[in-house]
Amino acid sequence: MKLFEVFLRAKSGLSHKHVGSVHATDADMAMQNARDLYTRREEGESIWVVDSTQIVSSNPTNKDAYFAPAEDKIYRHPSFYPFDKEVKNI
Amino acid sequence: MYSQGLRDSKAGEDSQELLDAFQVRIDNEEKIEPRDWMPQAYRKTLIRQISQHAHSEIVGQLPEANWVTRAPTLKRKLILLAKIQDEAGHGLYLYSAAETLGESFQKMYQDLLTGKAKYSSIFNYPTLNWADAGAVGWLVDGAAIMNQVALCRTSYGPYSRAMVRVCKEESFHQRQGYDIMIKMAQGTPKQKAMAQDALNRTWWPSLMMFGPSDKDSTHSDQSMKWKIKRFSNDDLRQKFIDATVPQAEYLGLTIPDKNLKYNDKTGHYDFSEIIWDELFDVIKGNGPCNQQRMDARNKAHNDGAWVREAAAAYAEKQNNRKEVA
Repeated sequence: MKLFEVFLRAKSGLSHKHVGSVHATDADMAMQNARDLYTRREEGESIWVVDSTQIVSSNPTNKDAYFAPAEDKIYRHPSFYPFDKEVKNI
Repeated sequence: MYSQGLRDSKAGEDSQELLDAFQVRIDNEEKIEPRDWMPQAYRKTLIRQISQHAHSEIVGQLPEANWVTRAPTLKRKLILLAKIQDEAGHGLYLYSAAETLGESFQKMYQDLLTGKAKYSSIFNYPTLNWADAGAVGWLVDGAAIMNQVALCRTSYGPYSRAMVRVCKEESFHQRQGYDIMIKMAQGTPKQKAMAQDALNRTWWPSLMMFGPSDKDSTHSDQSMKWKIKRFSNDDLRQKFIDATVPQAEYLGLTIPDKNLKYNDKTGHYDFSEIIWDELFDVIKGNGPCNQQRMDARNKAHNDGAWVREAAAAYAEKQNNRKEVA
């Protein structure tokens, strides 16, 4: 049995979101199981199942090296540029 | 509740520095995610607790399955089937959460089948009359919700997310149970007597679901410190009693406890001391249905062997075809 991760789109206009995982011998069975397990109450209208070994993820021990550089770049945010009230529509 | 059979787990052999840093994260209400560093004892406690919780959901299907073919109407039968399917689903959410900690589903399930792993003591009691299906939903699922709502805020991310899903579904379980109780309690005198009988038998085992009293609960302190548990056994039990007594009054049924009385000073109900020997005896395997439950689980697993083998053979065949093509 392989482990598959399950993603659901709640309704059109939204993106697929991770909801959990299922075991299955192949992708078809994973899809069936995901449907039975995660959509009993109309939680979604589209399912992705992904073989969990195919997912590449960042390493939590590199978290700072990866994400900390964004912390001190506040000039990337619009709130970094305050103007007088007279300046409108910007 | 799902840690009834756990041994004491102390912080293991991790360095003090890492343990302190971990505690800071916990104290800051950060959630711990699967690949984050965590103390060995934290991991171990969670694997035991989550798998035991999963086992409880799976074995919890059995007392109710008893009534699927005998539910009084087609509607009740459909509802009961949906509820049982939910319980299987809850088991699967939880096994998945435990797997993120590095324990395999096969290993956990094997531990259940061999009797090495525990599950909630409540499911070792029989469901003797149709009102039991009501009492189980109302009281057993009610007690479970009390515990699981608290667990939605547990510090381990995947466990907490599984609990959020479970709680949404569990509320249906409790309400359908209470709905059965209303019908029975407002029915003929004989039906009302069945409802009272179900309450009499289910009340004390439901209170035991919350686990030993705080003064005897050996593993609680560390679990509270790591915010695996957010409330003590006794606090949750009291909350459950306070919520449930008025519901029994509405049904016109009597809680089987002569000392049950509202205490104006504390704002809570006082109640009799629980017979703890019964709980420990059931956990040890001497409840009325322990053997029956284990036999049923093993039989279902063995009877399903050919399905698993066929699925594996089919997947292999498909794979070989792909390689050839």
